[in-house]
Amino acid sequence: MKILTGNDLGSGDVVWWTGSGWSRHVEDAVDVADHGEAIASEEEGARRVNVPYVIDGTPTPEGPRPAHIKDRIRALGPTVRADLTLKPADPAAGSWVI
Amino acid sequence: MADAFRYRDDAVHEEPAVTLEAFLAQTDASAVRLESGDDARALIPALDRLQLVEIAFPTFRDGRGYSAASILREAGYAGELRAQGDVLVDQIPLMRRCGFDSFAPEAPVDDEVLARSLARYDDVYQTTVDAAVPVWKLRHG
Amino acid sequence: MYRYDQYDQAIVDARVDEFRDQVQRRLSGALSEDQFKPLRLMNGLYLQLHAYMLRVAVPYGTLDSRQMRMLGHIARKYDRGYGHFTTRQNIQYNWIKLEQAPDILAELATVEMHAIQTSGNCIRNISSDQFAGAAADEVTDPRPWAELIRQWSTFHPEFSYLPRKFKIAVIAADEDRAAMRLHDIGIQLVERDGAVGARVFVGGGMGRTPMIASEIAEFVPVDELLSYLEACLRVYNRHGRRDNIYKARIKILVNDLGADEYRRQVAEEHAAVKALGIDPPAAELERIAAMFAAPALDASAPTDLDRSDPDFALWLDGNVAAHKVAGHAIATISLKPVGGIPGDASADQIDLMADLAERYSHDELRVTHSQNIVLPHVRIADLHAIWTALHGAGLGEANLDLISDIIACPGLDYCSLANARSIPVAQKIAQRFGDLGRQRELGELKLKISGCINACGHHHAGHIGILGVDRKGVENYQLLLGGSGAEDVSLAKITGPGFDEDGIVDAVEKVTDVYLARREGAERFVDTYRRLGMEPFKEALYG
Repeated sequence: MKILTGNDLGSGDVVWWTGSGWSRHVEDAVDVADHGEAIASEEEGARRVNVPYVIDGTPTPEGPRPAHIKDRIRALGPTVRADLTLKPADPAAGSWVI
Repeated sequence: MADAFRYRDDAVHEEPAVTLEAFLAQTDASAVRLESGDDARALIPALDRLQLVEIAFPTFRDGRGYSAASILREAGYAGELRAQGDVLVDQIPLMRRCGFDSFAPEAPVDDEVLARSLARYDDVYQTTVDAAVPVWKLRHG
Repeated sequence: MYRYDQYDQAIVDARVDEFRDQVQRRLSGALSEDQFKPLRLMNGLYLQLHAYMLRVAVPYGTLDSRQMRMLGHIARKYDRGYGHFTTRQNIQYNWIKLEQAPDILAELATVEMHAIQTSGNCIRNISSDQFAGAAADEVTDPRPWAELIRQWSTFHPEFSYLPRKFKIAVIAADEDRAAMRLHDIGIQLVERDGAVGARVFVGGGMGRTPMIASEIAEFVPVDELLSYLEACLRVYNRHGRRDNIYKARIKILVNDLGADEYRRQVAEEHAAVKALGIDPPAAELERIAAMFAAPALDASAPTDLDRSDPDFALWLDGNVAAHKVAGHAIATISLKPVGGIPGDASADQIDLMADLAERYSHDELRVTHSQNIVLPHVRIADLHAIWTALHGAGLGEANLDLISDIIACPGLDYCSLANARSIPVAQKIAQRFGDLGRQRELGELKLKISGCINACGHHHAGHIGILGVDRKGVENYQLLLGGSGAEDVSLAKITGPGFDEDGIVDAVEKVTDVYLARREGAERFVDTYRRLGMEPFKEALYG
C-alpha cells in the first residue's frame, strides 16, 4: 500500500493522511494508491501539511506498517525513550518499530 | 519577471549588458553581465568605462555574487551594480551591504517586508563596502 | 566571560524580530518551505524526525549559571524536559514547535543567548578548548579570539550563502582538546617574539571524505587575523564547489588546489583586502580579553582530600584534572551514564549543574565537544561536595575518556538524515563494558558513533569508530580503528564488512581483547593499534 505522510506546519508533529485530513496516528493512514502526489500537492499548497511524501507500507491488523524503519520511528517516537512515544505504556510498541 | 528597482538617482543605463567575454573584447561596451562563475577581477582594468554590472543569481543559494560585488566596490567601481535572478527579499539587505544598488528579481518582492528588513538592524559587526560603521569602531572611535 | 554591550544586545534583539517576521510569513504562506529553509537554518531550526529541532549556540562552549538555567527553563516550557549537548558545544532541543520558536529566541536573548548560525551554509559556532582559562599549558585564553571571530562572522553579508557549512575552532595549547585539526579552519594561538599570533590550518573536516587541515599560515598577528580569515573565506566562497553537496566543503577545495596554491590565493586576496579597515584595533581584543580575566582564585586553598569513599576516589582519578592555580581543579561532569543517552541532560540535571557552577566554579560552565560539561574553577576542598551532588543526580559517572564515555550523534531515533540508530548501540556497548574496573583496565579509549556519513558523531576521529549504514533497509554498523581528534590527529580506518547491532558490540569486545593481549608498557588502545596495524584486529574479527 502507499501511505502519505508529512509534518504539521506549525507544530512539526508527524502526520498521516486519513483520506479526509491529517492524523498524528499511523493507524488512521489510508492507502492513497497512485493519488499520493496529487493529494500532497494540494494539501501542501493549502498549508495543511509541510513537506509531505509518499511511502510504502503493509496493511496489518494493528494498522498500516511503514516499510522503512525511519518512518516507523516517525510514527511512534524515539526507540530509546518509550516515555516520549505515542504509546508509552505499550510493551509491544518497541518491537513494532524494529 | 518582477519589477526591477534601484537605489540610485542617476538615469537607468540603456545599453544592454553583454557577457564578460564580449565586454573584454569590445572596447566601447559599458554594461556587462557576470554569471555566477565569472571572475569579477577581470573587470578591474576597465572600471572607468563601466556603468552597469549585472550579477547573476541563478539560484538564491549560490552566494558567489556577494563576493563579486564586494570585489568590484573595493576596487573603486561606482556605477550601477545589479543583482538579477533568484533574489529573495530576505537577501536584499545583505546584498546592499555588499554593494548592490539595483535589483532585478525574478519573483515579485513585497515592498513592506523589504522596507522592514532594510530598517531592522541599526548595527553591524563587520566592515564591508557599504558606509555602515562597524560596532568595533563605535566602541573605540 | 563575554558580556553583551548595547550593540550586541541590539543585534540579537533585531534578529529575534526578524525571525518572528520570517516565521509569520512562513505560516501565512508568503514564504514557501524551500525559501524558508535557509532562513530557519540560519537560526538553528531544523525539521527533524519527530518535530522541529532547535540548536542553541553556546559560543566556544562557555556559559554561566543564569544561562544554564535558561536552557533548563526552555527544556521544561517548550520541549519535553531535557536537552542534548552536541559535538560542537551547543545544545539541541528535539520537540520544538515552529509557532513557539520566536518566543524561545526572545527568552534566550534576555540572557545573552541565541541560535544564530548554528546551521546553514554559513560560519557556525566558533568552538574552543573546554579547559580554556584553567589549563596550565595554554599560551593565552583562546576565547577572546574566538569571540572576536564570532562577531566578525555574525551576519557577515558576503559569507551567508557559502557552498556549505563552515566550522572554526580556536585553541591555544599544543594539546588539542577541541579537535582543531578536523575543522574547516583551525587556529592554534602561539607565541613568537613575545607576541601571540595565530597558526592557521584550513581544510579539515569529517563527513564523507574526512581530511586533516593543512597549515596555511604559520603566524598571523591579531591585527591581521580577521582580514586573513576574510581572504580564506572569500577564496572558498568564490571557488568552492557548488555542483555536489558532498564535494562542497573547503577541504575539497584545499585538497584539489593543493595547500600551496590555496595559500597563494589567500595571500593574494589578503593583500587586496588588508587595507580596507576590516581589522579592529588592538583595543577591541583587549576590551574582550578583559572580560575573560581569571577569577580571583586563592592559590593557598587547601589541597588535602578525604579519599576514603572508593566511588569518590574513582571519580577524582577519572574526571578531575589539574588546574593552573594551586588548590584548585577542573572537574568534568559525565553526561554518559552507563545505559543512558550520551549528551542528554534533564531540566533538573541542568539546574543542578547551574547551581554547582554558581556555588563552586565562579559561576562558569563549559560544554565539551565530547558532550560532557566542565566546571573549570573548583576548589579541591569542594570536590567531595560537588561529587556527592552529582552522584545523587546521575551525573557522577567516573568514565571520562574511558570506553563508556561515548560520543554519539542522535542517530535514527531523532535525525532525518540518519541511516541507523546510534544511541542503542552506545547503550549496549556501555553496558557490556559497564564495570568501571574493566574500563579503567582498558584505559583511555575514545569511542565515537555516527548514524550516517555526515559524521556528527566524529567516528573518523575515534580510537574506535562506528558508522551506522542502511544495508537494504536493515541497520548495519561498520567498525573503524585508529582515529584521533587530539594533537596526534589521524583518521580511522575501516576494518572490513559491517555487523548487525549485536555483532558490533561483540566486535568492539574482540578488538579490545586484542589490545589487552598485545599491549606493551603504557600503550593506549590507539597506540597498540598504531604499532601493530590492522591485521591482528582483522584476524580477531573475521577469523
